[in-house]
Amino acid sequence: MLILGLVVAGVIGAPTRYLVDSYVIARTQSRLPFGTFVVNVSGSFILGGLTGLVLYHAFPATPKTILGTGFCGAYTTFSTFAYESVRLAEDHSPAAAVRVVLASLIVPAAAAAAGLALASF
Amino acid sequence: MARRAEPGVLALIAIGGALGTVSRYEVGQVIHVAKDTFPWPTFVVNVSGAFALGLFLTFAIERFPPARDARAFVAIGFLGSFTTFSTLAVETVTLVKDGHAPLGIGYLLISVTVGVACCALGIRLARLVPRRAC
Repeated sequence: MLILGLVVAGVIGAPTRYLVDSYVIARTQSRLPFGTFVVNVSGSFILGGLTGLVLYHAFPATPKTILGTGFCGAYTTFSTFAYESVRLAEDHSPAAAVRVVLASLIVPAAAAAAGLALASF
Repeated sequence: MARRAEPGVLALIAIGGALGTVSRYEVGQVIHVAKDTFPWPTFVVNVSGAFALGLFLTFAIERFPPARDARAFVAIGFLGSFTTFSTLAVETVTLVKDGHAPLGIGYLLISVTVGVACCALGIRLARLVPRRAC
């Protein structure tokens, strides 16, 4: 049952990431990988909120695993972040790549903390 | 990556996404870690997935282009879902919140530096393979 839920979550999460990424790329028209950044920040915020619901409001474990490990895990991505950062440094600007990496160290974690804090009320 | 959402491409991303998600969950079942310690399962999937993506995408883009369907299935679907940023972020915040700030911040820094380095290594390794004659 859990595995089936994870399958469904992956089937929804991965295409959602692709569509959000494509949408943001088309809107920003930038060499910087804003699409992956938006995905990772928004997904971290949602997972922070879910984690808070489990901690403070007794949200049940199985739906949390399906939505969190499943959907948020599939929706956000680490590999694409790493690849885009390396390629940005190679093709465009190492300084811009460093800024992307620094922003990705701070903003998704801050979004997760905000989600967690919001769910504590 | 691509601009237009075609049904076939979305289906390949969805199938790859399901496989990647379940694979990541299974890694978490195999590697057990105690609470308030270094989150090894996420670290292992993220670093191995970043290495594999560097290797795969460099082959796909620089050696066998355009490889559109393979990129959708393997890169965006499977490896995109196998690795995760939200779990990394929440594990970091949870460790800091529970009074393990050096471990949490160290985990985030090590994940990102080792992950990016392993991705770069994958890209370099793929470029060692000669271009196909055409």
